[in-house]
Amino acid sequence: MSEGRSETEVQHRRKPRLRDERITLVHGAGGKATRNLVEALFLEQLGNPLLEPLGDSALLEVGSTRLAFTTDAHVVQPLFFPGGDIGSLAVNGTVNDIAVSGARPLVLSAAFVLEEGLEVADLRRVVASMAEAARAAGVVVAAGDTKVVERGRGDGLTVTTAAIGLVDERVSLGPEKVRPGDKVIVSGTLGDHGMAVMIARGNLELEVEIESDSASIYPLAESLFALGEDLRWLRDPTRGGLATTLNELTEESGLCVVLDEKALPVREQVAAACEILGIDPLYVANEGKLIAVVAAGRADEALASLRAHPLGAGACIVGEVEPEPEGLVLLQTAFGGSRVVDMLVGDPLPRIC
Amino acid sequence: MRYIDEFRSGELASALQSELEQAMPSGRELALMEVCGGHTHAIYKHGIDELLPQGLELVHGPGCPVCVIPVGRVDDAVALALEPNVIFTTFGDMMRVPGSKGSLLDARSRGADVRMVYSPLDALELARANPEREVIFFAIGFETTAPSTAVTLLQARAQGIANFSVFCNHVTIGPPLKAIIDAPELRLDGLIAPGHVSAVTGSRVYDFIAAEYGRPVVVAGFEPLDILQSMLMLVRQLAAGRAEVENQYTRVVREQGNPRALEAIEQTMELRDSFEWRGLGSIPDSGLRLREELADWDAERRYEVPGVSVPDHKACQCGQVLRGIVKPWECKVFGKACTPESPIGTCMVSSEGACAAYYHYGRSRPKRGTVAT
Repeated sequence: MSEGRSETEVQHRRKPRLRDERITLVHGAGGKATRNLVEALFLEQLGNPLLEPLGDSALLEVGSTRLAFTTDAHVVQPLFFPGGDIGSLAVNGTVNDIAVSGARPLVLSAAFVLEEGLEVADLRRVVASMAEAARAAGVVVAAGDTKVVERGRGDGLTVTTAAIGLVDERVSLGPEKVRPGDKVIVSGTLGDHGMAVMIARGNLELEVEIESDSASIYPLAESLFALGEDLRWLRDPTRGGLATTLNELTEESGLCVVLDEKALPVREQVAAACEILGIDPLYVANEGKLIAVVAAGRADEALASLRAHPLGAGACIVGEVEPEPEGLVLLQTAFGGSRVVDMLVGDPLPRIC
Repeated sequence: MRYIDEFRSGELASALQSELEQAMPSGRELALMEVCGGHTHAIYKHGIDELLPQGLELVHGPGCPVCVIPVGRVDDAVALALEPNVIFTTFGDMMRVPGSKGSLLDARSRGADVRMVYSPLDALELARANPEREVIFFAIGFETTAPSTAVTLLQARAQGIANFSVFCNHVTIGPPLKAIIDAPELRLDGLIAPGHVSAVTGSRVYDFIAAEYGRPVVVAGFEPLDILQSMLMLVRQLAAGRAEVENQYTRVVREQGNPRALEAIEQTMELRDSFEWRGLGSIPDSGLRLREELADWDAERRYEVPGVSVPDHKACQCGQVLRGIVKPWECKVFGKACTPESPIGTCMVSSEGACAAYYHYGRSRPKRGTVAT
């Protein structure tokens, strides 16, 4: 399989079926059920060549210009958490989807659904935070919309953003570009955002300080664009964490990723909180990290580029692409064994005993 | 992380691995049951099964609180959740367990107010905060979780919180082990006993296994080195022809257990004549219900529950998996009709279930054969 899989092969997935009668929270957790919902319902009705790759952004050509286009709805409880809030999240989340598509974010739109009773001071704080995040990411909010719903019919505040970016001509990314032997790099510690939010909800009574990593990762992505074809694939491991994102890669490429548990960067506080709750940091969301798959010969160069930026100071190689077992993510445990790293099913839940 | 990494050292593991290899009595096949789902999970998560010497087989046991709840009790829970004005509270895993008419998660999408809590005290707090609603807590688990339910009940009574009740499904560890050892279809040489349960019960509850059945038992902790070491202790007993109850988890488990926790259970709960277990059927003296004095906080006395025993889905072999007769991958529906996202049986739902543990972590493994005789 030195040539990897052809694009037509990559598109031939098993035909998904949606057997559920109603939507449950599992459909929103970013794992298999979400994917099933998207493929069996949305793609079934709305499918077209731009949507079908299900990438982070749609890539479209206007004249001779290649654009990346994406949208993201943001709901989070609580609205404010250490290291960020729904405003910065709404900007960074969407900007990052553009960045990992190999594009420079240009403009954003923002649609707000406000619940009756929301405090104006809170809204002001959220919007100020959006403005700051937009400035930091080098984008402007060029269009917007506001709706108000009755009390009890909204989650306080939801923000939906869309973005357009300009595709960098040096890169061409995709699961079909990935080759056995390529290295898997993460730009820093895993699980900071998800644990920060889980703890900020306040019902776990854990006294640890964990800050969300919410940030625009465009500068990190851009520092890798110079690798050209040797930069194979980029993603931001948000909902579902590193594990889910890499499973999407192995499923789409038909290859295998082998992770080294000892190499995975996890902050001590995050590891401790995860340990207490019985949650695996591999499945916890990040909002300011990227995963890059690069040709083995350029991995050190890629690491140096990432580490030159403050957001990428903790970048490291965490694994390697292998030809098989096909479609699986494996982990060499620090204990000396190995295991499968599966896709997330439902939200990660604290264990019972 | 200090105090964690020490128990996950790869170097110590490989030292233990070679000791285990040397301790194996030559020419013998040994089958050890890890009773607790927490152990099953750790075994696959850390890849411990790959470190075992030739001839040493692990059999997964019934110690998964979610897995052993039968379909009928899930139906009862769904019926309670659909009662008007009720907030039904449960540990997260229980929400996805399918009953004969759907799971609690399905009930929620049909309008039931089902909420996940991390502890029964959170459910009591919810009752205090919502005096106009009725809050029911779905209590499950072995002696590990029963004390926290007991303490919550004592608080509810002391504080006169009348809009709170418990749907009690607590079970005890001894009787199902006896049922499994008595079963003719499985040959077990020794048992790795659950650490957390034993922290409450003490290690004496296993004495009958050594004394009456002549099988060694080692109470084990949950870190990978704990598990490897407990296997070594069992193999050494077997090689020397001993059958004793030993405690590997001395940093947590005392011989007499936790008297205060046992006292709280004793004050609030009593043994049922019998309780239905998934896969094991009805077992005498194996389940707990609330004492008469706490009838006001007992959901089974306050509400009409169907209380019907419902057989497992026809294709589901959770019963045999829980008894150690069938390995997860030998079940006909494993990984096909039954997956963690649309589970047919409980063993695929809970992270402590053998099927879920194997599905999530073990699918790349060469399959080891069954030990059923």
